[in-house]
Amino acid sequence: MTTQTLAGSHDVLRAQIRWRWSEVAFWLATLLPFVLAPNYLVLASQVAITALFVLSFDLILGFSGIVSLGHAAYFGTGAYTAGLLSVWGWGEPLSGLAIAALAAGLFGYLTSFIVARFRHLALIMITLGIGLVIEEVANHASWLTGGFDGLQGIHTWPLFNTFRFDLYGYTAYSYALVVLFLIFLVARRLIHSPFGLALRGIRENGQRMPAIGAPTRAHIRTIYTIAAIIAGIAGAMLAQTTETVSLESLGFQRSADVLVMLILGGTGRLYGGLVGTIVYMVARDQFSGLNPQYWYFWIGLLLIAVVMLLPNGILGGLTLLARRLGMKP
Amino acid sequence: MSGTALSARGLNKSFGSLVVADDVALDLPAGVRYALIGPNGAGKTTLINLMTGMLRPDAGAIFLGDNEITALPPEQRVRLGLVRTYQVNSLFPHLTALESVTLAVCERRRVARNWWRELTAYSQEIDEAHDILAALTLAAVCHRLTRELAYGQQRLLEIALALATRPKVLLLDEPAAGVPREESKELFAAIAGLSRDITVLFIEHDMDLVFRFASRVIVMVGGRVLVEGTPSDIAADQRVRAVYLGKSHHG
Amino acid sequence: MPPFFGVLFDGLAYGMLLFLMSVGLSVTLGMMNFVNLAHCSFAMLGAYVTVTLMNSFGWTFLAALPVAFVAAALASVILERAFFRRFYNSSDLDQCLLTIGIVFVSIAAAAYFYGTDEQPVQLPIYLRGSFDFVGLNFSVYRLFLIGTALVISIALVMTLETTRFGAQVRAAVNNQRMARGLGINVDGLFAVTFALGSGLAGLGGALAIELVGLDPSFAFTYLIYVLIVVSVGGLGSISGSFAAAMVLGISDTAGKYYAPALGSFLIYLVMIVLLMWRPTGLFGRR
Repeated sequence: MTTQTLAGSHDVLRAQIRWRWSEVAFWLATLLPFVLAPNYLVLASQVAITALFVLSFDLILGFSGIVSLGHAAYFGTGAYTAGLLSVWGWGEPLSGLAIAALAAGLFGYLTSFIVARFRHLALIMITLGIGLVIEEVANHASWLTGGFDGLQGIHTWPLFNTFRFDLYGYTAYSYALVVLFLIFLVARRLIHSPFGLALRGIRENGQRMPAIGAPTRAHIRTIYTIAAIIAGIAGAMLAQTTETVSLESLGFQRSADVLVMLILGGTGRLYGGLVGTIVYMVARDQFSGLNPQYWYFWIGLLLIAVVMLLPNGILGGLTLLARRLGMKP
Repeated sequence: MSGTALSARGLNKSFGSLVVADDVALDLPAGVRYALIGPNGAGKTTLINLMTGMLRPDAGAIFLGDNEITALPPEQRVRLGLVRTYQVNSLFPHLTALESVTLAVCERRRVARNWWRELTAYSQEIDEAHDILAALTLAAVCHRLTRELAYGQQRLLEIALALATRPKVLLLDEPAAGVPREESKELFAAIAGLSRDITVLFIEHDMDLVFRFASRVIVMVGGRVLVEGTPSDIAADQRVRAVYLGKSHHG
Repeated sequence: MPPFFGVLFDGLAYGMLLFLMSVGLSVTLGMMNFVNLAHCSFAMLGAYVTVTLMNSFGWTFLAALPVAFVAAALASVILERAFFRRFYNSSDLDQCLLTIGIVFVSIAAAAYFYGTDEQPVQLPIYLRGSFDFVGLNFSVYRLFLIGTALVISIALVMTLETTRFGAQVRAAVNNQRMARGLGINVDGLFAVTFALGSGLAGLGGALAIELVGLDPSFAFTYLIYVLIVVSVGGLGSISGSFAAAMVLGISDTAGKYYAPALGSFLIYLVMIVLLMWRPTGLFGRR
């Protein structure tokens, strides 16, 4: 359907950013665990937290084309910041979240100067290197981080002085879900803004951007910092809800997992990361009795299958299916 | 304010023993249409790369109007009005034509870094992009993804992107390259329709275009400027014939 | 033995090992731009083949080495024909994901067939122990390793510089399109080079068992080191891989000896700094 009129163009653009029924259904469905699976609220809160982390990764990989293998560095920074605040006596969750976001954002901002200058293999290796360096630093600074054993003694104060974080997970899931939704709204707005368009331009053809006058590096620094802030918030929530922080929060494993989850769900769609996280983590929980080696066997096959058959992940596949059936997704 | 839109002095560039620019000097008066011709490997695209900052010269200086731009990065040269198109389309495959041009307009107006307002609120920018596309007969396909456009339409989009930056000097690298005869009418109209305020330099092998649109021609061979003159002067020049024109079709 | 020379010697041996494992990846990446992260799975295959031949079939170490080479080369040919060649034009990310998937599968397979414990291997008597020479103490095995790697390196360089095959490889790495235009069968060339590179990785894996131990995580642990060597050395450059492998091997050994608190830290920092200075590698194309 093409339009020649000016007003028609505005309509088309507006139609693209309208909330679809499938989106509304999705968010309503996130309330289901309260009713249908109250025993799984702790898992649900972890899924929500990881989904936020994957969302931040989608902003840099899916929308801007920045391949990073060290994104967990910012997640871990947020986690350790919130954890340390609590250990040192300040356990208020929301302010802890804010301070952790600041710390992760600052770290992201500083490293963004390096990241924005490189592409291809050099970028992949540099981000990998940064992640590995941070992991080693955290390991060796065991006086601060607790080293291999992790931080001990985190105690999160009740939210708004009323809602306690307990083993049932009501507070944890509500907290994580609300934060996820609010940040999702921000990310959605960003994607549909002129800046979002610029990011897609960088992803589609980074070479052409300077030729239309775009300050590519400045754009990359901005989105990288924003993604670091969001990752830090996710990490802080992990520390606050589980009351533990260990090295794996900034390890390579976590950076690799977030990549797998995003690819599984489909990059560059915002919802892809959310769907991928849900599928991956629910599956991992179901198969948690399995030997970790065998888990990675299936993940390996899955990656191969996704690349060969479903290059745009689950959501890409669903979109294709919906189109074939004549539906508008 | 001098009447020279773009000039260069003593441009030199070598890759090892391969000399791609040998003491090149250039002076483009404002508003003139220049054609840059020469055999393959003469260094024409290299010259554009040097002018736009994609390539650093080993020696020499480049001036846009009265400003020296030799040390400026590409995006700043674009801001000052020096813009180029590519011989092989360099577009945004998964952006629609309208999105692509709107992006260029937003970058020019420095609103591309705004992430807190929806794009649809920027109606001025969208309207301007639409107008540019309409002038290039692309309005009907403005919502199609770039990768779905016909090749001729993509070449037009190349020009649309350049025009969105409001250039003072426009460097077109073989604008008609690869465009089938049926689709080249719109392209020629687009080039003819370029405002007289814009100084245009285009690289072309198609002599039709050269004789139709250029008021002056520069001939490059082996990284050096061989001769410069009006199209009829060049067509008659023995050296040029020997090197380039003496082969086929026109003459 | 004065620590300095000891560290240098050990670092050299380790560097040689890394070189053998990395050179194949560097050349194939430079030639076809195909990111094969499963490269170290071939190394691991060579190692496990060696272990099986020695422990289950009683072969000697030296006899098992060529088989490790051939097994890895063969496996790579099969994978390349059946699989990889469809992805030569895919994005970097897709190639990474595909080959990482293969790494995961290979690690799981190794764990399934061999268990997760480190594999024991008994070197022949003449490769064990150490001896003194001009006041320094040299490990026999490390000498053997350095010697073998040097011979192979020289053979590689000579092949590249003097044979027609080598000239074609250099041309294809330098400019694939032009090489095709000159009539060089780039696809066939790549298949052979890929097999050769994977075979060398297999050999490197076999040689590594004694030095660093073998368990299923080998394919992944050493992938990181190999990637560092390849990216720092420059894609498609044998001398680059050699230089980077030496730098890496010596810094890592020196770091572990002189400043164990820094641990692996040091090589990551060295890599980041070197890549920032030369993003396409020390000997890479600009």
